[in-house]
Amino acid sequence: MTSKLPISQSPNPPISDSTPPNLQSSVFSLRSDLSCIADFIPADVSVLDLGCGDGELLEYLVRAKRVKGRGVELSEEGMLACVRRGLSVRQGNLQEGLADYPDGSFDYVILAQTLPFLDDPAMILHEMLRVGRRGVISFPNWGYWRCRLDLLLTGRMPPAPDLGEAWYAVPRWQAFTVTDFARYCRRLKIRIDDQAYLANGRRIHVRRFKNLLATTAVFGLHKE
Amino acid sequence: MTTQSVGIVTPETFTFAEDEPFCLESGATLGPVRIAYETYGRLNADRSNAILICHALSGSGHAAGYHSAEEQDEGKPGWWDDCIGPGKAFDTERFFVICSNVIGSCYGSTGPMDMDSATGDPYGLRFPVVTIGDMVRAQVKLIDHLGIGQLLCVAGGSMGGMQVLEWAARHPERVLAAIPLATTAQHSPMLIAFSEVGRQAIYADPYWNEGNYYLADKKPDAGLAVARMVGHITYLSEESMQQKFGRRLQNIEQYGYEFETEFAVESYLKYNGNSFTRRFDANSYLYVTKAMDYFDLTQATGSLATAFADSIAVKFLVVSFTSDWLYPAYHSKRLVSALTAAGADVTYLDIRSSWGHDAFLLEVETMTKLLGSFLARLVREEGIERGGGAARGRSGGETSDAQYEAALS
Repeated sequence: MTSKLPISQSPNPPISDSTPPNLQSSVFSLRSDLSCIADFIPADVSVLDLGCGDGELLEYLVRAKRVKGRGVELSEEGMLACVRRGLSVRQGNLQEGLADYPDGSFDYVILAQTLPFLDDPAMILHEMLRVGRRGVISFPNWGYWRCRLDLLLTGRMPPAPDLGEAWYAVPRWQAFTVTDFARYCRRLKIRIDDQAYLANGRRIHVRRFKNLLATTAVFGLHKE
Repeated sequence: MTTQSVGIVTPETFTFAEDEPFCLESGATLGPVRIAYETYGRLNADRSNAILICHALSGSGHAAGYHSAEEQDEGKPGWWDDCIGPGKAFDTERFFVICSNVIGSCYGSTGPMDMDSATGDPYGLRFPVVTIGDMVRAQVKLIDHLGIGQLLCVAGGSMGGMQVLEWAARHPERVLAAIPLATTAQHSPMLIAFSEVGRQAIYADPYWNEGNYYLADKKPDAGLAVARMVGHITYLSEESMQQKFGRRLQNIEQYGYEFETEFAVESYLKYNGNSFTRRFDANSYLYVTKAMDYFDLTQATGSLATAFADSIAVKFLVVSFTSDWLYPAYHSKRLVSALTAAGADVTYLDIRSSWGHDAFLLEVETMTKLLGSFLARLVREEGIERGGGAARGRSGGETSDAQYEAALS
């Protein structure tokens, strides 16, 4: 087998097959929420990344963790970037569901920073935990104290924490909080196995008041 | 990297089934069978860098470069020269590219205009009906003859894409990757209908004479021209016709209120229809369209998923084009769904384009990026050495791969 190659534009050194398995994702300077997701995913598993964008996370997982990676992406620009990274990616619309994928056909299904922008979040959550034995999801947390304060003091709906898109700039925008999501999981008997929190792009380690302190939450899930 | 032409190329032929005839799907036999083909680039030491390009309905084995210095001066290269050559998507510095004319066609491979050795006359309609499956099995013979065990990739658009799918479904052990473009796994009733209009135009031409015109003074040119005009309309889109012609008049200032060629679009179709008769054979048009109509990968097994059950080791790059109404994206999506369900490695993109079905030849920039990236990945994953060069160390190969990727960016 030949060594993996760097993407020519990447400022980072290539990660070869000889990379130790405990390699930290920070070496690759992944976006911080992506790096939390990557930390939840063990080596040598199969991964489906929903809304994989330009393929940054998937490429990292393929190269550093030797996962069997597949992606779904809507935009042509994202698709071309993914193919350029040597990834196997399908153009598709998550709103149409994942009917083509058999039950349990992946070890992990990832949904990064996408849930608030989908028409039917319940459907996609159900689908990701049907197709994947486990799911990893990241989402902006409107329970963050500044969001609460902004709404209280200015009467204006705060933009998505860490993402920043205004309510009118994206097709749909369901504001929800860590507590909302955790309750919904409980109702659907979805177990939260792992959790990580970020505040303004940095990982924070908190035991209490997560809903108040985190701008982004990352959960590892599975259906009981 | 600057892109160049493969230059002057010489067509070659390979003949098989001289002793034992070639058995066709219909049950009929054919022999001997001649395949006209061209190759570009050089085969590497372990014969792992071969790419087969499959042509569409009216195409030929002349996919790149020029047959003569005159053609080069006139700027009339092979039909996919935009994508085949040094530094292009199918980089001939790296790959050994093969393109052969399908059987039943009229560009050097055995077809209805050939002499039937049993009678000493041209076959005409005595030529047996061939299928996409037969065309591909003839290509398998050629690949055997060239000493290639497994093709790195088979690629083609439209009818070429059907051959790609046939390769992947029926000969999966012979292909590492498949690139079907703007195509379908099952010819639809609408496609059959358009084929039939073209064939009826040919039958209606008195010079067609039940296919016996090769020894006559006149050929069924009018019928073939109409068939081509209908075909040509289906390769465009309303948007591209609007852009290209609008309601412009040709050579006149105002309506003449008569039945002359007035609109630019009429003139264009007439010109294309007529020029087609100088390069294509009417009987071949019947045979090749018939082969497309019979194409249905679900026929043998009942479903697409089972048709590709043995193909999950093949890596697919499936491409459709948003304005292609002849082979609409949902044909490709159905294929991609079946491949996904089977667990195959499939990359799929519906490229934004206003060019209709012709887009697979015209969207050169996007296609170069997409094909180039996909092939670079194959090279990397399979450790393919470039053709003709001396054996190289791993690090040397990596440098050139990085340069290759940079060139495509």
